[in-house]
Amino acid sequence: MSLADQSVSPSARPLVKLSNIRKSFGSVEVLKGVDMAVQEGQVVAMIGRSGSGKSTLLRSINGLERIDDGVIEVDGECVDPSQIDLRALRLKVGMVFQQFNLFPHLTAGENVMLALKVVKKQDKAACRAAAEAALSKVGLGHKFDAYPSQLSGGQQQRVAIARSLAMAPKVLLCDEITSALDPELVNEVLSVVRQLAEEGMTLLLVTHEMRFAREVCDSLVFMHGGRIIEHGPPAELFDRPQTPELAQFVGMVEAR
Amino acid sequence: MAYRFDFSSLADYTPVLVQGVATTVGLTLIGGVLGVGIGIAGAAARSSGNAPVRFAVGSYVELIRNTPFLVQLFFIFFGLPSLGVRLPEWQAAVLAMVINLGAYATEIIRAGIDATPKGQIEAGASLGMTGPQIFRYIILGPAMGKIWPALTSQIIIVMLGSSVCSQIAVEELSFAANFIQSRNFRPFEVYFLATALYLALAIALRWLLARLGDRMFRGGARV
Repeated sequence: MSLADQSVSPSARPLVKLSNIRKSFGSVEVLKGVDMAVQEGQVVAMIGRSGSGKSTLLRSINGLERIDDGVIEVDGECVDPSQIDLRALRLKVGMVFQQFNLFPHLTAGENVMLALKVVKKQDKAACRAAAEAALSKVGLGHKFDAYPSQLSGGQQQRVAIARSLAMAPKVLLCDEITSALDPELVNEVLSVVRQLAEEGMTLLLVTHEMRFAREVCDSLVFMHGGRIIEHGPPAELFDRPQTPELAQFVGMVEAR
Repeated sequence: MAYRFDFSSLADYTPVLVQGVATTVGLTLIGGVLGVGIGIAGAAARSSGNAPVRFAVGSYVELIRNTPFLVQLFFIFFGLPSLGVRLPEWQAAVLAMVINLGAYATEIIRAGIDATPKGQIEAGASLGMTGPQIFRYIILGPAMGKIWPALTSQIIIVMLGSSVCSQIAVEELSFAANFIQSRNFRPFEVYFLATALYLALAIALRWLLARLGDRMFRGGARV
């Protein structure tokens, strides 16, 4: 099962290509051979019940979960289970987490500058300029010197997005990035993601925001029991689910 | 029966006391800095090193924490010469203090490291940082901030414990007090003063370390 056949430009080589990804935690197999391809500029949301493997799949794309079998390819960087050094991959893949994971001892600006300094070895002025640009992009240019504890959850998550963007990744992974936010703060984060999508950033999201997925994403991936069992344009999946699992899932989320 | 304090005979020994205080401060300063340094290295090795390294560090920590400081000091000063390692009193005292504080500091700092949220380590990794970079820039600062009060107490314990070094004729504060009372026969006054000086040193050191902690680990305390 591949998404490549229905991508925006079928001739292009996919930016992210997953082949037969398998992963077990102990005796529980959470990914049972997942294939997937994402074209540059595509916005893809992974949906499914908790435990379906969507977060594990997302986390495996930048090596936070080591896969047991299969190959991950991102912009020419290949990773298989034997790989130990994942840094080349991680420079191409940014990640934003549910719990923000800002460094609490550093200001917003320092959070963004840290990896520019120690990973990309940029000089002070370049780091500062890049951090200011990234924070402005998420609407927090004025919070450069604020510590995470002085920011709201929504602001912290936007700093986390800026921190990833500043590294100029080819693809940004978002792992339930609004799930830990108070309801009134969700939109400020989603509008940043929407803006990135409009600018052509390649995005892979695990999300429970179905309306957002429907409006912003080019493609949806429905996971169930460690497999992708349906994929396609959002309208198609929501309006004409082909499997009883997806029909049930859509019914559940729409009843909310 | 009221005791009449008489401190007048102490005045002649002011230089001895000053010398004693200076030596105690010097021992604590060098022992503290090097001991905390060993603690950081030991904690890093114990949290992330390979199994033999973890075992070696663990053995060192347990050996030191389960034997008396005086015996450790005697081992270095009187024992090591049998192996051809002959250290002057002062160096033996510093070495004993560094080894002793290093073991306690390793355990204390490791507790701080263990308290680092896993997500922050993942965030660093996802930004392409290496393990040592993550330790240095993400883990260490907040960890030190969290355990700084415990580490401060341990450094003060080591400073007070340096009085034991008088046993190998290091001329620190206790040695000075002992020397003076053997000359002027006013042990109560002398030890009264020595006690007051240790108390003042300990309070001053605690205050200084608290300021230092605020400056160095400002963010860590905010968590």
